[in-house]
Amino acid sequence: MTLNGWLQILFFFLIILAVTKPLGVFMAHVFNREKTFLDPVLRPIERLIYKLTGVDEKREMRWTEYAVTMLLFSAVSMLVLYLIQRVQGHLPWNPQHLPGVDAGSSSTGFVASAFNTAASFTTNTNWQSYVPETTMSYLTQMAGLAYHNFGSAAVGIALAIAFIRGIARREMQTIGNFWVDFVRASLWVLLPFCIVGALLLVSQGVVQNLKPYDTAQLVERQSIEVDKKDSASNVITKPDGTTEKENQTVSEQTIAQGPVASQEAIKMWGTNGGGFFNANSAHPFENPTPFSNLLEMFAIFAVSAGLTYTLGRLSGSQKHGWAVFAAMAVLFFVGASVAYWAEARGNPLLAGTNQTANATQSGGNMEGKEVRFGIANSTLFATATTDASCGAVNAMHDSFTPLGGLVPLANIMLSETIFGGVGAGMYGILIYVVLSVFIAGLMVGRTPEYLGKKIESYDVKMAMLVTLVFPLTILLFAAISVIAPSFGTSQLNNGGPHGLSEILYTFTSGTGNNGSAFAGISANTYWYNTTIGVATLIGRFMMIIPMLAIAGNLARKKIVPPSLGTFPVTTPLFTVLLVSVIVIVGALTFFPALSLGPIVEHLLMYTGKTF
Amino acid sequence: MIKQTKKVAVWNWLIVKRAIADSFVKLNPRAMMKNPVMFVVEVGSLLTTLQFIYGLFRPVAGVTNSKFELQITLWLWFTVLFANFAEAMAEGRGKAQADNLRKSRTETTAKRLLNATFEIVNAIALRKDDVVLVVAGEFIPGDGEIIEGVASVDESAITGESAPVIREAGGDRSAVTGGTRVLSDQIKIRITSNPGETFLDRMIALVEGAERQKTPNEIALNILLAGLTIIFLLAVVTLQPFAIYSNAPQTIFVLVSLLVCLIPTTIGGLLSAIGIAGMDRLIQHNVLAMSGRAVEAAGDVNTLLLDKTGTITLGNRQATEFIPLSGVKEQVLADAAQLSSLADETPEGRSIVILAKEKYGLRGREFAAHEATFIPFTAQTRMSGVDLNGFEIRKGAVDAIVKYVGASGHDVSAEMTEIVERISKQGGTPLAVSYDKKPLGVIYLKDIVKGGMRERFAHLRQMGIKTIMITGDNPLTAATIAREAGVDDFLAQATPEDKMRLIKEEQAGGKLVAMTGDGTNDAPALAQADVGVAMNTGTQAAKEAGNMVDLDSNPTKLIEVVEIGKQLLMTRGALTTFSIANDVAKYFAIIPAMFAMLYAANGGANGPLSALNIMGLRTPQSAILSAVIFNALIIITLIPLALKGVKYRALSAASLLRRNLFIYGFGGLVAPFVGIKIIDVIIHAIGLA
Repeated sequence: MTLNGWLQILFFFLIILAVTKPLGVFMAHVFNREKTFLDPVLRPIERLIYKLTGVDEKREMRWTEYAVTMLLFSAVSMLVLYLIQRVQGHLPWNPQHLPGVDAGSSSTGFVASAFNTAASFTTNTNWQSYVPETTMSYLTQMAGLAYHNFGSAAVGIALAIAFIRGIARREMQTIGNFWVDFVRASLWVLLPFCIVGALLLVSQGVVQNLKPYDTAQLVERQSIEVDKKDSASNVITKPDGTTEKENQTVSEQTIAQGPVASQEAIKMWGTNGGGFFNANSAHPFENPTPFSNLLEMFAIFAVSAGLTYTLGRLSGSQKHGWAVFAAMAVLFFVGASVAYWAEARGNPLLAGTNQTANATQSGGNMEGKEVRFGIANSTLFATATTDASCGAVNAMHDSFTPLGGLVPLANIMLSETIFGGVGAGMYGILIYVVLSVFIAGLMVGRTPEYLGKKIESYDVKMAMLVTLVFPLTILLFAAISVIAPSFGTSQLNNGGPHGLSEILYTFTSGTGNNGSAFAGISANTYWYNTTIGVATLIGRFMMIIPMLAIAGNLARKKIVPPSLGTFPVTTPLFTVLLVSVIVIVGALTFFPALSLGPIVEHLLMYTGKTF
Repeated sequence: MIKQTKKVAVWNWLIVKRAIADSFVKLNPRAMMKNPVMFVVEVGSLLTTLQFIYGLFRPVAGVTNSKFELQITLWLWFTVLFANFAEAMAEGRGKAQADNLRKSRTETTAKRLLNATFEIVNAIALRKDDVVLVVAGEFIPGDGEIIEGVASVDESAITGESAPVIREAGGDRSAVTGGTRVLSDQIKIRITSNPGETFLDRMIALVEGAERQKTPNEIALNILLAGLTIIFLLAVVTLQPFAIYSNAPQTIFVLVSLLVCLIPTTIGGLLSAIGIAGMDRLIQHNVLAMSGRAVEAAGDVNTLLLDKTGTITLGNRQATEFIPLSGVKEQVLADAAQLSSLADETPEGRSIVILAKEKYGLRGREFAAHEATFIPFTAQTRMSGVDLNGFEIRKGAVDAIVKYVGASGHDVSAEMTEIVERISKQGGTPLAVSYDKKPLGVIYLKDIVKGGMRERFAHLRQMGIKTIMITGDNPLTAATIAREAGVDDFLAQATPEDKMRLIKEEQAGGKLVAMTGDGTNDAPALAQADVGVAMNTGTQAAKEAGNMVDLDSNPTKLIEVVEIGKQLLMTRGALTTFSIANDVAKYFAIIPAMFAMLYAANGGANGPLSALNIMGLRTPQSAILSAVIFNALIIITLIPLALKGVKYRALSAASLLRRNLFIYGFGGLVAPFVGIKIIDVIIHAIGLA
């Protein structure tokens, strides 16, 4: 660890802290339909959209209508993406002439990759079981995937605002209009920032074109060993069961191109995380410089941090907004520090090698990390991307030390409470706020109240439904996978606790709508594509529906005026309580599974055993 | 602050004996199903029992130490029994009290009136609107309203208070309760309830907990606990595949042990006991809550409406000064005041006699020599006094006297008004006196604020509860007393309609309101209030409108009712927090024990996960056993806390939270580390594991 590294982490946090208020105020204006500086440009566009679609912007919805509208919108969008993928071979903007997704799978068996991708992008997960450069046409990338990057992010923000309205309103039946919230989130919160962001990324060298891929002659030819194939291009199997190999000389490299910058901006700003390239933000065309790296990390947290201020503003208790922000910040710092410490101290098995940071080397465990980012910015990125359910990666989480890898995994397991996905983070932590208020609220001798709203059995029931989603989906799918050699463990590249971590991470990432891959698992199979796809849908919608039910129920309630007897949700003590409940509920649920994964792997590493 | 009016020891042997028997009766799965947490423990215990019996006949892979398995199974059963015992203990006191009440519901006969005569019938044959005659020495056969007569009644069977009370027809003291006894005189009663619906019947059902329904917060808490149980069920059920993957499959004994330790058995086992004990605590204070909902609402109350008289001030006012009109000697006024009050048996009247005696040495005189006629107070004249030797001496409401002397040409309204205003400003009540239709002056009656009320209101304010004093006094007087007593607000010259409007206003602002009342005209407000405590001396209408009845008829008790409600909620929250915090330590005991040998070096005793055994527990088996034993014993240990409730303190929510979070949250984190370690040392020492 270096002072410079810590300062970079601190600097990143200070930028987030600095934009929290302005962004929060801006979003409060946007969703209260008050005047903003962007109105002259955007207001006419907004009116036109409503005119064309027949949306009455003054009409409000009950939570049920809000939920049904959101579900229908998501279902239709998901279906459209599925179809685009399947027929992209017949559509324009396909200079590489890529076939439809899953089209070539008749010989190897249907792998349901298109379903997985459709579900994954609709749910803001962006889990990618495919290699984008060799699978998706430019049209699919732009009209299919980038559309969802905007759509799923705008849905998330709309839902967060609906939840905040539920808290702030008194004795009202409605929580807003989904279409209006969705349109305003897209036009005001996402679009302008993405245009600026894309331009800044281009300035750093991120590409933006529609050209076919380039081919470059290698300066130094490479020789690699590949499976030898017969004339019918079948793999030749030797009598002992292994395949026959031959050497192949590689003299040229294909350099993938495309409209990257425009997609990269929303990928980060909308906490989507689905890379244009397979290497995601480790790829030099997606994330070329330390500045672009900082910009991308900033984009991951900015909206979610801002929403805490919006929460305070709209609910009338700015201190509460900051108390929630503080809880997120505490959990962020714990994760970032542990990950940085675990990676910077290097690998104990390489004792004797100089692993300390100095002027000529970054030190620590550099396996799977980009030299231009180093330890601090790789672990910081890994922490941020898993805190916020973004899922973009600039380093291989699979190559982290066991504890370093535990941090991203644990972050996702805490279900989007540490800033979280845009919008999703807000309602993610508010569910925990409701639970914290209920558990500890009784201790002050009153029916628990959250900002004047009594938390009653209906709210607790819905909050418990939300908290059940994680253990149910992650643990059940992972448990089936680890005892199924044919379709589960056969896809692992590593055995032992590391293999368990890989499977756990996979389902955690899917359910948590994160989308980052621990890697080390070949997940493009029928079992994994289907289950992860289902996990993303459960992890998104099974949480949203009860959450909206709470919002609708809270909106109907009276507000008990605050007094000395009111449960305080604005104090540092509340922050401590909230953090404890998040950690204890998360830790208690997943500790047994984690102890057999990263924890025992970490302990084994000191006995010289790796996997 | 909360005084136990009737102390019953928690560990009363008779109650304990009955509770032990009940703990086994409650094992009936149909009853257990109401408590999802403990039901899971029971199913787990059954599973291990079956597995153990199976293992006796056929060896099971991985199950070698039958002593360990037997102990686990037994302690799992103990966990269930301890939870049942807690509930039975809480019910015990109520049941004992119900038995006593039943005794007073002995077979009585009644004299049912038929026109001029009466017939003797069994009390059970009485129906609503029958009229009965009860004479001295007889039991009142059923709840009713006195329609004729006045009597002193012994209500000790219901209230426990041995001093007899006066009950009379008309007014607010007309209700009588079945099972009480008339001591003197005779009364005619119109029966107001059918057999089986009487107050005594309801009281028995209430103290016994027979009609106990889960309260809103209890339901919500049960949902939380059921949810946590499902989460931990998932965590444990899926742990087996992960363990199989890691080549360390677990036995059913270990898995059930882990599950039982993780699910919130502490609060799950004590939850219903806390609720029953809360109701019981009210009964110990002689307050009957008609529903548990009302007790919870009491904890949530934001506004207390308190009647001035009897609650904030002593029921009676005292004369403190004689203020003569100009030209009248003070002694003359005092003399007339005393004469007018000699026959006045009200506390105010007596205080006038005493003041005159103390100040001017005037003694009570014998009227035998004189021709004296006493004039009683009536609502029409609003005066009382005496006609002595042809002279009319009167005292009464100022405006009544002014009018009375004005008829004979004495206009003193200007001077009177001045005096009255001065007295009002000081929080007093003026009483004018006249002699021979000539005005003499004013007696200053002072309201005496009860001792300690100021501090209690300050405490309530600390807890965010607003107090509003309700009084029929004029605003000036009310303001002074309000200031003196330290209430937050007051409603002067209050009519029942004003009271109702005030309650509705507060409720519209999202507040919960509590009040006391006894009169029939209080009934609508009592029904409207979230917590309405009716006085037992009050009318039947009032008792039916409220959701609590105070058998002692002490309006100040409203404050204690609020405290008991808060204590009930606090106890639940504290034990929930404690229960959840406990889990952390149990993980550190059980997980390393389960996987102690996992990935152990060749022939080595301890695998890497032993590093998590931070308590240094002796063996994997003693670790698991210690955790299970701790988990069971903590239920027993906390029974007194569940029954008595956590100590109540009048603090702001922020300070309460800080305090309770430290004690039950942090304490709950630390306590099991210590407890499990101690148990581990003990069972190792005596060779159990």
